[in-house]
Amino acid sequence: MFQRPSRKVPGLNTTSTADISFMLLIFFLVTSSMDTDKGLPRQLPPPQDETEVQELMVKERNVLELRLDADNHLTIGGEPATMEELQGRVEVFVANPANDQGLPEKSIRDVDLLGRTEVSDRHVISIQVDRHTSYDAYFQMQNAIVAAYHHLRSQLAEKRFGHSLNRCTPEERDALGMVYPQRISEQQPTEAFESE
Amino acid sequence: MMQRMFHRGNHEVPALNTSSLPDLIFTVLFFFMIVTHMRTVELKVRYEVPQGTELQKLGHKSAVSYIYVGRVMNSSYQAEGEMQIQLNDQIATVDEIKAYLEEERRRMSPEDQARMTVSIKADRDTPMGMIVDIKHALQHSFALKINYSASEK
Repeated sequence: MFQRPSRKVPGLNTTSTADISFMLLIFFLVTSSMDTDKGLPRQLPPPQDETEVQELMVKERNVLELRLDADNHLTIGGEPATMEELQGRVEVFVANPANDQGLPEKSIRDVDLLGRTEVSDRHVISIQVDRHTSYDAYFQMQNAIVAAYHHLRSQLAEKRFGHSLNRCTPEERDALGMVYPQRISEQQPTEAFESE
Repeated sequence: MMQRMFHRGNHEVPALNTSSLPDLIFTVLFFFMIVTHMRTVELKVRYEVPQGTELQKLGHKSAVSYIYVGRVMNSSYQAEGEMQIQLNDQIATVDEIKAYLEEERRRMSPEDQARMTVSIKADRDTPMGMIVDIKHALQHSFALKINYSASEK
């Protein structure tokens, strides 16, 4: 009477688990996106008081004037130029390898890891665009400028640290950034006359 | 003996053991759940980002806010009309950027607020006047870390 027959519990049928998880997988594939967002990081200056416009006196030899007009034509210091030559021009301007009198001054500073070195901390790249310039042209210009700094810094990294820029430690990167700091100033955009 | 050598028993092919299949698929599922993120906004503008060479990956997804600039799409996803700014799910104006950024800041944790980045996803043909206005608005709400979204050349 009290003796129950020993029953065997049947194994759980798990054949459909695969289908269920497949459904979940497909759901996530559809609803999510894997776009890795890439871009050109930039730092904006803090807002300036518009009432007091501060005049910054910069020597003419320290300024590289880049201008994009409404038709996306680039001028470097007033002379027309192409996007391809921009990177080279910026590199020569920032590094001033021959200590040219017409190119930016450099100062001697103590930099961590590098010791006393010449630092190009006086140069200013001045960017002026027009309100009708296309974003693509502006982006290509920014890209060329960043490429120029990147090239200079990696050259210095190879020379002083003996390895490429991607293998530098954060401290080494800081030191390279001290030697070639990005000094870019964006001017108020010009307003071209309506030409359409 | 010969007979025995060539005699093949009546072998049945064993059924394929699929008991580990769910585990495999779950692994793939978890992989996708980790590396992807949910699509949050429905794009109302059509844009084609410029191409660059000096790009960097954007880290800390939770600290990134997006501003889209492009041509408004109609119901059949054709780009038409003029350049507009999109914040969240709506077409907006430059004046609304400040409120949008404040809303985004509130959403973020304190450590994310410190590294808050605004990614500008703008079309190539956007006039710079619009970008300048956006940057001006960003400066005034102290969102100074920006990122010009682009694709690898």
